[in-house]
Amino acid sequence: MVNKGTIIYEPGNSINNKTGSWRVFKPILDNDKCIKCENCYIFCPEGCIQPDENGDFKIDYDYCKGCLICEEECPVKAITGIREEK
Amino acid sequence: MQNVKVITGTSAAAEAAKLADVDVIAAYPITPQTTSVEKLAEFVANGELNAEYIKVESEHSAISACVGASATGARTFTATSSQGLALMHEILFAAAGMRMPIVMMNANRALSAPINIWNDQQDSISQRDTGWIQLYAENNQETLDLIIQAFKIAENENVLLPVMVNLDGFILTHTVEPVEIPEKEKVLNFVGQYEPKHAYLRPEKPMTQGALGDPEWYMETRYDVQKAQDVALNVIKDIHDKFAEKFGRAYGNGLIESYNIENAETVLITMGSLCGTIKDVIDELKAEGKEYGLLKIISYRPLPTEEIKEALKGAKNVAILDKDISLGLDKGALFTDIAPFLKDKKTVNYIVGLGGRDIRKANIKEIIEHTENEAKDTETKWIGLKE
Repeated sequence: MVNKGTIIYEPGNSINNKTGSWRVFKPILDNDKCIKCENCYIFCPEGCIQPDENGDFKIDYDYCKGCLICEEECPVKAITGIREEK
Repeated sequence: MQNVKVITGTSAAAEAAKLADVDVIAAYPITPQTTSVEKLAEFVANGELNAEYIKVESEHSAISACVGASATGARTFTATSSQGLALMHEILFAAAGMRMPIVMMNANRALSAPINIWNDQQDSISQRDTGWIQLYAENNQETLDLIIQAFKIAENENVLLPVMVNLDGFILTHTVEPVEIPEKEKVLNFVGQYEPKHAYLRPEKPMTQGALGDPEWYMETRYDVQKAQDVALNVIKDIHDKFAEKFGRAYGNGLIESYNIENAETVLITMGSLCGTIKDVIDELKAEGKEYGLLKIISYRPLPTEEIKEALKGAKNVAILDKDISLGLDKGALFTDIAPFLKDKKTVNYIVGLGGRDIRKANIKEIIEHTENEAKDTETKWIGLKE
């Protein structure tokens, strides 16, 4: 149950609250086409596109809400939005 | 020896906040509330009240500052009126949803357009679904007494809702009346210290307040406020009784007050200062051998529907006087809220005193006459309208 006044007594727990479930569109990143320009990383409003240790960019689908700004901004069309399937 | 001061309604409100020893006041001046926060600023400036007075640039900021202050566990007070209350609207929901026991004095005033600074109750009625408890005062003494009780109601562990104490603009805010000012110690003893258990921002124990509530949880939080309003019915009565015992002043049962209802077939229902006029008319007519009753609503939210039904058991005709109007329905708020519970009686709605139009004894007599004779069930009549 929710605490009185929706107060959360253990702050920082939003890390457990996966917000990617809202998604209608899902961005798929093709790392073969990617030129590592970092545009998607800069423009993602949720900060869920990050480079891994090899420098390849990965989308964190736990938090990605499918706004497809990354697809719009990618200069080489390495990102494609598809309809999310559950 | 009683300490009686002859003061305005706004001063009575300021005195009450001082007596309750508020920690934080954030308010923006607006007619006819201004003199209340001026008084409080004076109390803080001359050291009579040890509180933080936050100067803000608007009512939206005033109530936001109050929510912030209340979230740290401070006893918080604000005052506003009309357009100012309307400007607070979105934060009023936050205050109730976050369960912040803020106490507010609202000077009832009409809303623009046209610009009108005079009294009606449209401003607070427009805020009725925000989750705030709404109490209405009949006179300056009741204003002081209600504000003292308001802190105790708001801070009750099972209520934890903001409380708005309404007094009619100019009619009460700017009229001087003798008001008994209780001793500070006695008031503090009655109100007690506010020790918040649910909301208390402090670095050692971090917490998140005002968090996101997704569709999974929002409905439950609104239901929680509804439950708290239900609980408040009993809390208000109980606190009223304790207040009456300690300070020797009682107002019905704290939720409603009946006046000569037991002898009357025709009863008037209304809120605020108009009740005083009606009581006078009832006394005059009683001297002529005619019996009429008044049911004064003190607590509009929560609305004590059971108590109202019970009080009106013997009534045949009910005249409901509203100083507000739901446009497009042609009914006032009290009527729409109460009439469904009074299906077995003739209920008539009177729209009165909008924008400060005087409501005289003759108007009350006209209303009584109309209710008893020509009025049809559920009819609406605007009183004193120039056509």
